[in-house]
Amino acid sequence: MSVVDQHHVMLPEGSIGKQTSTLNLGPTHPATHGVFQNILELDGERIVDAEQTVGYIHRAFEKLAERRPLYQITPLTDRLNYCSSPINNMGWHITCEKLLGIKTPKRVDYLRVIIMELARISDHLICSSVMGVDTGAFTGFLYVMQYRELIYEIYEEVCGSRLTTNIGRIGGFERNFNDIAFRKLEQFLDEYPKVLKEFENLFTRNRIFMERTMGIGGISAERALNYGFTGPNLRAAGVDYDVRVHSPYSSYEDFNFNVPVGSTGDCYDRFLVRNKEMWESLSIIRQAYQKVQEFKGEEAEVFHADVPEYYLPKKEDVYTKMEALIYHFKIIMGETDIPSGEVYSAVEGGNGELGFYLISDGGRTPYRLHFRRPCFIYYQAYTELVKDSMLSDAIIVMSSLNLIAGELDA
Amino acid sequence: MALTNETIRLRLQEKFTGEVTGFEEPFGLLTFSAPKDSNLKVLQFLYEDAELGFQFLTDLCAVHYPERRGEELAVVYHLHNLVENVRIRFKVYTNISQPDVFTASKLFESANWMERETYDFYGVNFVGHPNLKRILNVDEMEYFPLRKEFPLEDQTRIDKDDEMFGRGGTNGFGDRWDEEKLRTISEAEQNDSKEIL
Repeated sequence: MSVVDQHHVMLPEGSIGKQTSTLNLGPTHPATHGVFQNILELDGERIVDAEQTVGYIHRAFEKLAERRPLYQITPLTDRLNYCSSPINNMGWHITCEKLLGIKTPKRVDYLRVIIMELARISDHLICSSVMGVDTGAFTGFLYVMQYRELIYEIYEEVCGSRLTTNIGRIGGFERNFNDIAFRKLEQFLDEYPKVLKEFENLFTRNRIFMERTMGIGGISAERALNYGFTGPNLRAAGVDYDVRVHSPYSSYEDFNFNVPVGSTGDCYDRFLVRNKEMWESLSIIRQAYQKVQEFKGEEAEVFHADVPEYYLPKKEDVYTKMEALIYHFKIIMGETDIPSGEVYSAVEGGNGELGFYLISDGGRTPYRLHFRRPCFIYYQAYTELVKDSMLSDAIIVMSSLNLIAGELDA
Repeated sequence: MALTNETIRLRLQEKFTGEVTGFEEPFGLLTFSAPKDSNLKVLQFLYEDAELGFQFLTDLCAVHYPERRGEELAVVYHLHNLVENVRIRFKVYTNISQPDVFTASKLFESANWMERETYDFYGVNFVGHPNLKRILNVDEMEYFPLRKEFPLEDQTRIDKDDEMFGRGGTNGFGDRWDEEKLRTISEAEQNDSKEIL
């Protein structure tokens, strides 16, 4: 007799007719944290079957990208996983740089690492704290939210916007980091560890939280791989696959960090893996910040590679120099031909391997662009994860997977 | 022994003599193609062979090449051997009039939705798929929107001259204007303005 059966009231055979009911969870349900629908087939409170419907915010990014020059595609990537837009932006820049054969300076790489790891923290802290909300603990959510705000303020200093960041350019950043950005980063590095510790104290050994999450929505490593899981969800199942380690980009090979793994792949493990990853991210940011400070003299001012065909010239040059004006015009109008080629490049996004498959035929826009969205791929396992569990568990499984509707639907 | 692109190529050529062709290595990623009837055989060999072990399907999508007669649609698989950390790209071409390709969803659960997405946008009919219906678009849609014959902008617009900025010619779909229709429209407009005058 399984654990579920013990909790389930067993009626004598034939006392009432067997009946299941259908429940529409979503598309606009406060507990789904996004626009997608789950049709659940319930036997009492136990889930017999589930079917997901996605596509409510499909915006045809792949089609749109076929008529845009490279730099105009960055804002589209913002809107994939909007909890960690900078990672998407950087992933796209790195893809373009791979196709165009651009080598970025080390300082740019380290600054990118800082921004990407900040984005990872902001992504994970939302997911972990929302799991708390769904198990009935609101405090943790509000507590860490202040620090997401601080991360957004850092983005704001670097690129001027907060949620959909459009941060960086092909070849580097649009401007150098200013002192306020670094001061806020120091403040974050100083204050956030205490907050994260407190947050973990609230949840990790919390009886109610553990009972609600342990053994719920578990998946074996084998099934997780077969379902194409990546990122924290795969690592929670015990596979140490991390794009940052397997195919390093943006000089991740220069950093020391651990890849935390779980064992059962259930909601509790996913929660633990995400929390542990936040600690690793903090350590990476510290290392990167130290490396950035080590640059002296002219090197300390470098914030982009020298690629005049793709990187916008300075405004004062545009007004005074002919060549700069020509480049400015060519870039803005999308007049530059992209070399032809086929490239696949992936970064470790908040949810896993975020891949960009870009085909160029030598025109000014991509011939074809495909996004490998981790969310879309692992959400199909949802039916298997929630089968035979309770309705209230379905909500926690959903929040522990960190499903982002923008990434699902592209 | 580390798994190299050369080893994979030799193993494939040995197993599928002459069937697996078009070996390339753009940006170091081994790329090859096979006839569409044997896509499943190749995938299964790559999956089950002890040495190759490509057991992780990273990505599956399609590409439309209208100029290639008889092989207009390409289905592209990105596979990953996580142990050796080697990636490969495998392509299968099919004609657009009867785009039947065997499903990989028996081998990889992850292919299920990715194939539905590919069907949704390109109309590739995955034979044997358990639930081949649209996934992101509405069920009532009657066309496959990512095919190249569907231009992004409204084709009846005549106020915009994209040729000026060179974007009209991209991908050989620049001459989307129906010259005949365009003339009728502008003539009609001229008549309108005459009437106003």
